[in-house]
Amino acid sequence: MSGRRIFARPARFAAIAPYVWMVLFFLVPFGFVLKISLSQTAIAQPPYEPVFDLMAGWEVLKAAFAALSLDNFKLLVSDDIYVFAYVRSLTVAVTASALLLMIGYPIAYGMARLPRRWQGVAMVLVIVPFWTSFLIRIYAWINILQHDGLLNQILLALHLVSQPVVWLSTDSAMYIGIVYSYLPFMILPLYATLAKMEPVLEEAASDLGAPPWRVFWLVTFPLSLPGVGAGVLLCFIPIVGEFVIPDLLAGSNSLMIGQTLWLEFFTNKDWPVASAAAMVLLVVLLVPLLLYERLQKRQLEQGR
Amino acid sequence: MSEASRLSRFNIASLALGLAFLYLPILILVIYSFNASRLVTVWGGWSLRWYYEFFGDRAMIEAAWMSLRVAVSSANIATLLGTLAAVALSRGERFRGRTLFSGMLYAPLVMPEVIAGLSLLLLFVALNAERGFWTVTIAHTTLTMCFVAVIVQSRLGSLDRSLEEAAMDLGCNPVRAFVAVTLPLIAPAIVAGWMLAFTLSLDDLVIASFTTGPGSATLPIRIYSEVRLGVKPEINAICTLVIALIAVVIVIASLASKLSSSQGESAAPL
Repeated sequence: MSGRRIFARPARFAAIAPYVWMVLFFLVPFGFVLKISLSQTAIAQPPYEPVFDLMAGWEVLKAAFAALSLDNFKLLVSDDIYVFAYVRSLTVAVTASALLLMIGYPIAYGMARLPRRWQGVAMVLVIVPFWTSFLIRIYAWINILQHDGLLNQILLALHLVSQPVVWLSTDSAMYIGIVYSYLPFMILPLYATLAKMEPVLEEAASDLGAPPWRVFWLVTFPLSLPGVGAGVLLCFIPIVGEFVIPDLLAGSNSLMIGQTLWLEFFTNKDWPVASAAAMVLLVVLLVPLLLYERLQKRQLEQGR
Repeated sequence: MSEASRLSRFNIASLALGLAFLYLPILILVIYSFNASRLVTVWGGWSLRWYYEFFGDRAMIEAAWMSLRVAVSSANIATLLGTLAAVALSRGERFRGRTLFSGMLYAPLVMPEVIAGLSLLLLFVALNAERGFWTVTIAHTTLTMCFVAVIVQSRLGSLDRSLEEAAMDLGCNPVRAFVAVTLPLIAPAIVAGWMLAFTLSLDDLVIASFTTGPGSATLPIRIYSEVRLGVKPEINAICTLVIALIAVVIVIASLASKLSSSQGESAAPL
């Protein structure tokens, strides 16, 4: 085992460059978000105060520290717009994750049941759309869902509706977009656990007389729970902060937190409030983020 | 029980519907990019009209060029840093700050883009950095190196370590053992990581919107501002070109992973 230890020393040096990079461009920026979330909006460049000037001496710095306040956070809690935005983001993420699970599970199950040599092909087919641009995939749906788009043409031709249905700027359009974009993230972890499952277990249950739905509910589903957890987390976390899909497909009367943050930042130029909103969003997501990290670690260890 | 009989009609139907759901919208978009009619919904015959329109659109071409430059540079840096990080995590045993290190590498994989974009912009403003090509490149590198690290790390994890140890028993120092033995074995994963970093950068709207400056819009930023105004056939043409570019990238990546699977175990799924 000494070879291992000798190898480990230079391998540790490999961490230096990425470590410095991540501290500089991932960790330090959060310090700035925290600091600016405690600042006040100002009509200046940069549009917040106080601005810390390390050259100005201790007294000025002390005054700057004293000027920091929790006002932005108080605003977030007291103003309905932000509270609604957080609640809506969480509702959308829960609903969309449930939809994704219901749609993704049968697909992953079907994949796991394919003959071995077809499973690889099916997996590639599921991954490929994930490589094509996110924005393009949403745009493709705008094509289909617009007033005289393909979906309405088909519905009219089949006489299912007598007038074109309004799809764009509705929640249904947004859910279609979210499910479409995140489906591979749900399918892949589900497939990974379902493919590892021994078919003997299901066969034993049905040999003992269990009807198919009981086999599924008592054997298959409980055994696939790790995949369910990974898939749901992998979808839930980014959906909470989603901006593009609700912005392009949902109506503008109720915003998600990602949109509110974007609006505060780019339209209202209120950087401190946007930063405070980002801090709160991060805290809200910390629990699922830590859960995800733990799952990821466990999977890596199992893979070894 | 034979394998075929395990596949029920329900399984086949859900697979077929699922794949149709994933592919039809993209297919429709590509077909309509060749539509001669200005009305997106009326078929006016095949034509390359919207492609000519795109190549005549200076602002779009400039944005596409900017996006390509950012994607290549950030993918290069991200591949280098991500591979180093993967080596440190899977071969470095225990070292100080390891938990923080792996946490910093996993968090960006799922963190909402609005937060990453906002935090980096605030850093660039505080540093008084001029925003444009380099700030977007740095931002994309930070995000994509994490994906590279995960892909390379899973490949490193599946390698037989005794190969490296044998090389060292035969007198190689660790660095030479790595270059001569490990590196060729993980090369396909590194290539796949580069490809993923490239496409993620080419794709990104949110982080680029935060970190770019006036006058240096990337392609997704331009597409987004056009899409907000409604569907335009020219956008279909641009999207089709991007899909074609990415298709080429995927083919190269899958060739690389085929190369790796012929060398032994199968490569990472991405």
